[in-house]
This record gives sequence, structure tokens and C-alpha cells, in this order.
Amino acid sequence: MRRVAFTANGTRHDLEIEPRELLVYVLRDRLGLTGTNVGCDTSSCGACTVLVNGESVKSCTMLGVQAAGMEVKTIEGLAHNGELHPVQQAFHEHHALQCGYCTPGMVLAAVSLIDSGAATDEAAIRHGLEGNLCRCTGYHNIVKAVADVAGVS
Amino acid sequence: MIPAGFDYEVAESVEHAIELLGNGEDTKLLAGGHSLLPAMKLRLARPALLVDVGRLNDLAYVKEEGETIAIGALTRHKDVASSPELREHCAIVSYTAGHVGDPQVRHRGTIGGSLAHGDPASDLPSVILALHGELVARGPGGDRAIPAGEFFTGVWQTALAPHEVLVEIRVPKLGAAGWSYTKMARRAQDWATVAVAAVVHGNGSVERAAVALTNMGATTLRATAVEKALVGGASIDDAAALAADGTEPPTDHMASSDFRKHLARVLTRRALEEASRRSGRRARGG
Ligand SMILES: Cc1cc2nc3c(=O)[nH]c(=O)nc-3n(C[C@H](O)[C@H](O)[C@H](O)COP(=O)(O)OP(=O)(O)OC[C@H]3O[C@@H](n4cnc5c(N)ncnc54)[C@H](O)[C@@H]3O)c2cc1C
Ligand code: FES
Ligand code: FES
Repeated sequence: MRRVAFTANGTRHDLEIEPRELLVYVLRDRLGLTGTNVGCDTSSCGACTVLVNGESVKSCTMLGVQAAGMEVKTIEGLAHNGELHPVQQAFHEHHALQCGYCTPGMVLAAVSLIDSGAATDEAAIRHGLEGNLCRCTGYHNIVKAVADVAGVS
Repeated sequence: MIPAGFDYEVAESVEHAIELLGNGEDTKLLAGGHSLLPAMKLRLARPALLVDVGRLNDLAYVKEEGETIAIGALTRHKDVASSPELREHCAIVSYTAGHVGDPQVRHRGTIGGSLAHGDPASDLPSVILALHGELVARGPGGDRAIPAGEFFTGVWQTALAPHEVLVEIRVPKLGAAGWSYTKMARRAQDWATVAVAAVVHGNGSVERAAVALTNMGATTLRATAVEKALVGGASIDDAAALAADGTEPPTDHMASSDFRKHLARVLTRRALEEASRRSGRRARGG
């Protein structure tokens, strides 16, 4: 076991974990942050995407111990004072989800993409979301929602 | 899927990592973890000790050194992709790093991990090979520079000794040489079915070229028949027709061996065309 301290959604946690525990299971099973979904468990689908120091990361492909000293943000930490984050609001308005399984990862990947300044046009948004699979929406409304927040058409 | 149990140490310095590697054969370095952790989850790898070099920020850099660009082994793909030095002087590296996997992979994966992993389907090995790059390894006895042509020795095998850490990758400035990395993948984020790295010297035409093939054998390969034909004055079409000569590409779920040979010929032609269009002027972009 190893002691690891990191921040999740602004709260500091100090945990004893096994080195082999993946970040996604630390978040879900130890911290109860079950908004982060596991889809493929093989680094392909992006359902488990969270932000680590502001950047999108597949939490099924990172060890909990690698998060030591870092700031992790999950879907639970995105709304602020009861107000949805602009990307969440846009997903709502553009009907960018159906079953919702991919949505937490998709939203966080979109936040990272927009914050990095790379969401410059529709093609860039599609390229920038290629790490996230959605089996329901056909992507059109997701891309519209992200374009809306990024201010591009 | 959970990896088998292992011990974990954070390396405080390269020297510390080298010392920890002395613990035995079952010790492995962990950089971005985007090749190693998937393999460990599938239990294809079961190291007893992981030495985390991912926090060695002094190995994350891109520097201009005369006619060379030096890249720290722990530089993440996204920082390689956005490096102003590489975009200006060696855009084949920044362009290709920007097309590895997807943004999440590029936020974690490192150029050193990509090369040290020795996967013939990886993109950056072919690029470094076509550039005649050098890989600097540090071990208990100091540094040694390994030419890219001697670095990749087999599937998941490299010339790195068990106690060595890859610390730097050195590539030449391209000047007026043209370049292309032409990749065919079945789906957006996929690995290359086949890809071709080409560096072309000439002035809108091809006088001399270095061509390397991704996923056409156990390691990245130089397409030497193509290179010889071009020096001998062959046209791009005629030279590219030789791209699969002497190769034995694998058959897998993505493609048959024969289809890969076909792709190698087509993609080599396209890569040479694109690279020659970019040659003779200062190559930019990516
Ligand atoms: C979904 C997905 C898609 C991907 N798509 C692509 C793709 O399209 N093209 C592509 O090229 N790659 C792709 N990759 C792989 C990605 O580029 C990895 O980042 C890279 O192969 C390994 O780098 P890493 O830093 O993650 O290394 P790690 O996984 O940490 O390490 C890999 C191996 O290298 C060794 N190692 C690492 N650093 C050093 C060092 N400094 N010195 C000595 N040994 C070292 C480790 O011990 C280990 O054996 C993909 C990965 C994923 C998960
Ligand atoms: S669950 Fe992590 S990428 Fe699919
Ligand atoms: S909304 Fe169902 S997977 Fe995306």
C-alpha cells in the first residue's frame, strides 16, 4: 500500500491505495465519484475521461499513484454553485446525449479541448473528440454543442 | 481489468532511476503509461517493480542546438506537437506527434516511451529513422548515442540495455528538405495499418530521399530499394513500386500481409509526392 494525496473536485484526499489501483477505480470505489463511467476498459472509448491538472486523461489508463499531488476534476465537480458548466448547458440545449453513458467523458474531453484553444472549427472539434466514442447520437449534436460554447460554426 | 500486483517507486532523478533499475530484470520504467499500463491490464506484462520517471520534468524539453533539435525523452506528445522549434525546423516530428492516438493519449504519452517501447506499429520510430536521428541512453557508465538505424531490434525490443534510461532524442534541422508522414488507419484514433515517413532532398523533385515504413515487419524498416532507385534517377512512381520489396508484413485483424504490401507502395508514392512538393523551400507546417 502507498499513501497518496491529491485533490478531486477541489477536495483534498489522503488515501492508502495499492499501486495497481487504476485512477478510475480510486475515483469510483474509494471516493464514490461514480459519474466517471468505465466503457471499454482498454483505453479506447473515452467514457472514463477526467481532467488531470486541467487536461483530459483516460482514467482507466492511469494509476491512482500517478495522480499524487495533482488536481483531478470529474463530472461531479463541473457545475459551479448549482449552475451547469457552459458545456453541460450546451449539451442540454443541443440534445447532445441519448443514453448518457459517454456523456461525462465527452463533456470533460470537450472542456479540455475548448480550454486548450484547439476547438477552432468543426473539423478541429471532430478531430479533438476522436478519443471519445458515442454509440447513440451520431455525434452531430455533440459537435454542435461544443461549437456553440467555443463560438465557432 | 486490473494489473497484477507490483511495487512502485518514484524516480527523483535519472541517476535514481538507473539505480532502481539495478533491482533486476522485472523492473520497468513507467513514463506516460499508455503502452505499458494497457499491456499490464491484459497481463501481457507483469513487472515486479515500476519506476515512475513521469515526474522528471527536467527531461521534458525541446531545444535548438546548432543544426540539431534535442528533445527530452519525457516530453509528452502534445508538447512535441506544439513545439515552435520543431514546427519551424523539423515539422515531420511535431506533425506526427499530433497524430498519435487521440488528445487524451497525447496528454500522457511521451516521445521516449513511444520509441523505447519498440512497437513496429508506432508512428514516431519511422520518423526518427527517416531523419537519421540519434537516441541518447544513460546508464551506470554514462551516456551513449545510438543511431536510429541500430535502435529498433525486434517486436518490443530495442538496443537499450536493462539498466539504461533513454534521455534524449536528437534530430537534424530539415532546412530545405521536404517531408511527409502518410498514415493509413481504419478508424480515426487507430494505430497505423501501414504508414510511411519520407524526407526528400531536391528542389521540387527528388534527388535523394530517406523512406521508413511503419507496421511492415518486426521493426520500423528503411525502404532501401526505393531510396536506391531514387538516387539512380527513377521516377517517384517507379521507385514507390519497390516499397514492399524484401518486407514480410504481418497479417492481423486490420489487414492481410498482401494488403499491407499494396498500401506500402501506394502510401510511399503519396508520401514522396507530398515531400517533394514541400522540398526546396523551407519546410514548415504541422
Ligand atoms: C488508445 C491508444 C491509442 C494509441 N495510438 C497510437 C498511435 O496511433 N500511434 C502511436 O505511435 N502510438 C499510439 N499509442 C501509444 C502511445 O503513443 C504511447 O504513449 C507510447 O507508445 C508509449 O509512451 P509512454 O510514455 O506512454 O510509455 P510507457 O507506456 O510508460 O512505457 C512504454 C515502454 O517504454 C519503456 N520506457 C518508457 N520511457 C522510457 C525511457 N525514458 N527510457 C527507457 N525506457 C522507457 C517502459 O519501461 C515501457 O516498457 C496509443 C496508445 C493508446 C492507449
Ligand atoms: S473505459 Fe477508459 S477509455 Fe474506455
Ligand atoms: S449518448 Fe449513448 S453512448 Fe453517447
